[in-house]
Amino acid sequence: MSSTAPPSDGIDHVDERLLRTSPLKKLLARPELGSVVGAVAVFVFFSVVADSFLRPSSLGTVLYAASTIGIMAVPVALLMIGGEFDLSAGVLVTSSALVSSMVSYQMTANVWVGVGVSLLVTLAIGVFNGFMLTRTRLPSFIITLGTFLMLTGLNLGLTKLISGTVSTKTIADMEGFSSARKLFASQLTIGGVEFKVTILWWLGLVALATWILLRTRFGNWIFAVGGGADAARAVGVPVYRTKIGLYMGVAFCAWIAGQHLLFSFDVVQSGEGVGNELIYIIAAVIGGCLITGGYGSAIGSAVGALIFGMTSKGIVYAEWNPDWFKFFLGAMLLLATLLNAWIRKRVEATK
Amino acid sequence: MTTERTSLVELDDVSKYYGNIRALEGVSLEVRAGEITCVLGDNGAGKSTLIKIVAGLHRHDAGVFRIEGEDVTLANPREALDRGIATVYQDLAVVPLMPVWRNFFLGSEPTRGSGPFKRLDVGLMRSTTREALLRMGIDLRDVDQPIGTLSGGERQCVAIARAVHFGAKVLVLDEPTAALGVKQSGVVLKYVAAARDQGLGVVLITHNPHHAYLVGDRFVLLKRGVMAGSHTKGSVTLDELTRQMAGGTELEDLRHELERPSGA
Repeated sequence: MSSTAPPSDGIDHVDERLLRTSPLKKLLARPELGSVVGAVAVFVFFSVVADSFLRPSSLGTVLYAASTIGIMAVPVALLMIGGEFDLSAGVLVTSSALVSSMVSYQMTANVWVGVGVSLLVTLAIGVFNGFMLTRTRLPSFIITLGTFLMLTGLNLGLTKLISGTVSTKTIADMEGFSSARKLFASQLTIGGVEFKVTILWWLGLVALATWILLRTRFGNWIFAVGGGADAARAVGVPVYRTKIGLYMGVAFCAWIAGQHLLFSFDVVQSGEGVGNELIYIIAAVIGGCLITGGYGSAIGSAVGALIFGMTSKGIVYAEWNPDWFKFFLGAMLLLATLLNAWIRKRVEATK
Repeated sequence: MTTERTSLVELDDVSKYYGNIRALEGVSLEVRAGEITCVLGDNGAGKSTLIKIVAGLHRHDAGVFRIEGEDVTLANPREALDRGIATVYQDLAVVPLMPVWRNFFLGSEPTRGSGPFKRLDVGLMRSTTREALLRMGIDLRDVDQPIGTLSGGERQCVAIARAVHFGAKVLVLDEPTAALGVKQSGVVLKYVAAARDQGLGVVLITHNPHHAYLVGDRFVLLKRGVMAGSHTKGSVTLDELTRQMAGGTELEDLRHELERPSGA
């Protein structure tokens, strides 16, 4: 069940007591497997019930929906492998967008100044979460629930105080807007299908996170602090720094998602983002992350986000009432978690 | 054995208090290269506190703690490791879900490349883990299996091999045989002796005088936080050690108490 281990690179001598592991069994041992099976099922399901689901243009739409969740599901998955939650992740995206917009507008500077200040502020909030967690040793559920509520209030309160309404003023006519929009909210046309640039951000982050998890010291530490923090500390792993680093990762991705939010609509509604934190967690769990930490993958979170994208848009293509979406998401979460647990048990049993 | 072996670790009259609780008072012990110092005591005798001081988890409040002749106060476990003191805890300090090779190098992972391309040297990590375990006489089937799937004795041996590999000069073992069967205990004691033969100083914490007497060179007895005795191998017999540890007269009383039903 060595899910986190990359395939053998031929250096090792194969022990004669080991039966040859079939590629199928290796595949079964991956934490993502349950989610991949689920994704295929969802894909087939909507291909059958919704005619327009298989159109090329739908692909761009589904991937876009998946990417906006996926960008945040990646760091949330890493954090979960590290044994912690972040309930403030959803509103942090909105906070990041609001800071960027308001700094740019109020200081009538180049929008890039706002983008830069927003990065610093968002990272600081991430550090705050991590610092409070490691200092107080309270559960991250409580700490980030506090941050979540405070940010929700701040988003609304400050926006009303500064702009007089619940949304920010448009910054579309400001200097640097078009270049920032190109980076965070542009579209690419490939073969007549429009793809949002967030898809690239998403895939890039998944690749980066996978590299970090499986091939760096920090990645080893993430698994260790989630799987056994005391053991990790005893062998010299900087547990606190690792956890603060993970919260900064969430903040960094919230900054990317927030800038996308701002530059695709040029105004930001200050009440947005509430509830999204659970969707990120759901994507990570569907993707095979163990809720208790120490096990999971970034690729799994991407498959989880893809399931989210297919379901949310598939229901629209099937011309159903979108109210059904939450029901599907919940059923998916239960099924995927059960499947993951069942597979893990089977793989361990055959060891 | 030469008489002027260097003391790797020396505790002199060391005390530790937790608030108004006297956890340890006036304890002295010595660990020399190629020797095993056994710390014996019943539950609550202060063995864990003693370990935590040597491992750098706690600071001593009074007395002198010397490493290779130098007075020290350790700030954290990392500092103890850097000074060559490796501790193998009862819970073994392994992460059950992680593969053996990742556990083996946890906290001291070798890397190659530089800058953003600095990465784990996975090939080296795998082969080194296998070789280091083989050198201790452990032939593991698969270094990729999660360490949680190994038996208690195997895990103990992996933890000892890890400490030896990372150049520990002093190996502190917290009740390595406590949760093991007779046969597995023997295997673990063999590896403890193997570590000693490689020139390490070993601190063996145990409440089993039979295991201690098999491999120990020095014996320190703890009782309710204070030192109840200090012996070298030649100066004490197993019976004497067992009697002192169980608390002489207390054991006699117990015997009388337990014998009564047979007379009835």
